[in-house]
Amino acid sequence: MNLTLIIPEIFLFLWALLILFVDFFTAEEKKHRLGPLSLVGIVITVVLVVFSGQGQAFGEMFSADYYSLSFAIIFLGSAFLAICTSIDFARERIKHQGEYYALILLSTVGMMFLAASRELLSMYVSLELTTISLFVLSAYLKTDLKSSEAGLKYMILGAASSAILLYGISLLYGITGTTVLKGIQAELVGSAFPGPLLVISLVFIIAGFSFKLAAVPFHMWAPDVYEGAPTPITAYLSVASKGAGLAAMVRVFFGSLLPVTSEWIPLFMALATMTMVLGNIVAIRQSNIKRMLAYSSIAQVGYILVALSAASELATTSMILYLLVYMFANIGAFAVVIAFYNHSGTDEICEYAGLSRRSPFLAISLVIFFLSLVGIPPLAGFVGKYLLFLAAIQKGYYWLVGVAVLTSVISLFYYMNVVRQMYFRKPTKNDPVKVSWSLRLALVLSLIGVIAVGVYPDPFVSLISKAASVFVY
Amino acid sequence: MFDLAFYILAVLILGSALMVVTLRNIFHCALFLVLCMFSIAGIYILLEAEFIAAVQVLIYVGAVTILMIFAVMLTHQLTGKTIRQVNDQPIAALFIISSLLVLTLLALSKTTWEVASSSGVSPSATELGRALMTVYVLPFEVVSVVLLVALVGAIVISRGD
Repeated sequence: MNLTLIIPEIFLFLWALLILFVDFFTAEEKKHRLGPLSLVGIVITVVLVVFSGQGQAFGEMFSADYYSLSFAIIFLGSAFLAICTSIDFARERIKHQGEYYALILLSTVGMMFLAASRELLSMYVSLELTTISLFVLSAYLKTDLKSSEAGLKYMILGAASSAILLYGISLLYGITGTTVLKGIQAELVGSAFPGPLLVISLVFIIAGFSFKLAAVPFHMWAPDVYEGAPTPITAYLSVASKGAGLAAMVRVFFGSLLPVTSEWIPLFMALATMTMVLGNIVAIRQSNIKRMLAYSSIAQVGYILVALSAASELATTSMILYLLVYMFANIGAFAVVIAFYNHSGTDEICEYAGLSRRSPFLAISLVIFFLSLVGIPPLAGFVGKYLLFLAAIQKGYYWLVGVAVLTSVISLFYYMNVVRQMYFRKPTKNDPVKVSWSLRLALVLSLIGVIAVGVYPDPFVSLISKAASVFVY
Repeated sequence: MFDLAFYILAVLILGSALMVVTLRNIFHCALFLVLCMFSIAGIYILLEAEFIAAVQVLIYVGAVTILMIFAVMLTHQLTGKTIRQVNDQPIAALFIISSLLVLTLLALSKTTWEVASSSGVSPSATELGRALMTVYVLPFEVVSVVLLVALVGAIVISRGD
């Protein structure tokens, strides 16, 4: 057995313990230095992930391939950006900073195991590691009632969704007699008609994963949790936690359930349509920017589900690429929100009036991130959406792509509302918004990502298409 | 004989579970949870999984629910208080749940299960332990990280400062 394959995960886990350990010996006023220390750990882990090689360990429980590699880099990238945006926020408003950074790292370890797993049991356990850390992080602002509410809601609904997922998995195990994805596929190829029980088990599994993705109608927890959680955690939740759900879902459905596509593709189409329509329309009415971004992130999942219904190699490529692009744009947008909140203590959209005059850099960054989320060329969001929709068109799902394009146009409306506030209204205050080095780093990295992938997507697409070729379509 | 024992246990499990989610006194709920967990251990014994049954009693009855009862008793405001267990939409919930139940039952009745002649997993504790430390060693170790996270999280959230 090749144990060197799990060195990155073990290293990141040990680094999280190191943070907890160093935390003991650090004076309260120096604890913000644990943030950069966690960043160092993430950078080393990225290097380890890239150079740790490919192969399998623990039977089917762990497989380091291009698929797990690309997801691991996305998870580590979003943890890096989220910690960058955390440093000032945590110094000002959070107690127990050591545990805060350690929990982010541990949650990332769970996600990396999740993306590498090809067996339902280890997948489920890794998913729990991911989400339990996030429950705690959502409730981290103990004096803030909204944060406590967020943590409690997330925990109860997360536990319920895990139970639903487990029930689906147990039915699938009952039908096929195995939890190994390859084995499930082999069983399903053999049986002539899968029977109604398979459909029910798929419905439960999809419902369980959709909770993690916050797809409509399993999205009701998302706006409250996103609003109440500490904003850097919201940024992390909206990208990494969704990415983890997606990594598991694609692995399960493309890795084992392709023989029965006719049973689940219609379900994903329905989910995609509802998610795009509801997410985009409800986002228009929000006056709090965190809630608006929550609904926008729900809508973004809808576009990803469009490609999931296409079930092809291009679909997998486009989903992973879109997640990468979405990571830069969404965490970037949240970085602006955090910078503004650190300065002014408010998340109301109307308070953004005249931001272009108070802080031109923040304003133009937010515009670029929003345009990428809408999918305007030459930004990265355009490439991402183009590939997603192309995957669906190849399968002839014209109406689905029609809905997606139409809802993208609607989304322009609420993003531009913020832009209108920033550029065409007079500021109520005139003091410039200060941006610290760590937030600036997150902003610049996100800007580079959004522009680089948009202008020159070829190397990214060709790398990610290697990940897509893991599955046999 | 087997069937009779199974049905008695099933009625006990469902009945006590129903009590847990409907009774208005949280202390009584916890007591019924103990009964529910005990009956589930009975099912494991029927399935010849004695070790799992013992673990079920030790962990769920002995530790988890007893801890809950302690928490209820030590929390001053909770012991004698009655609480609402339902929100404003019990009828809608009942409708959805019962249609789900009917669908699942229909699907179950149309499925022919493969029945193994001998149980797939050997019930002996030695073999279970061996499986945990060989085939399932990775999820087993990940669970220990989950426990660490739960401990750290519980301390962070509950520490008063």
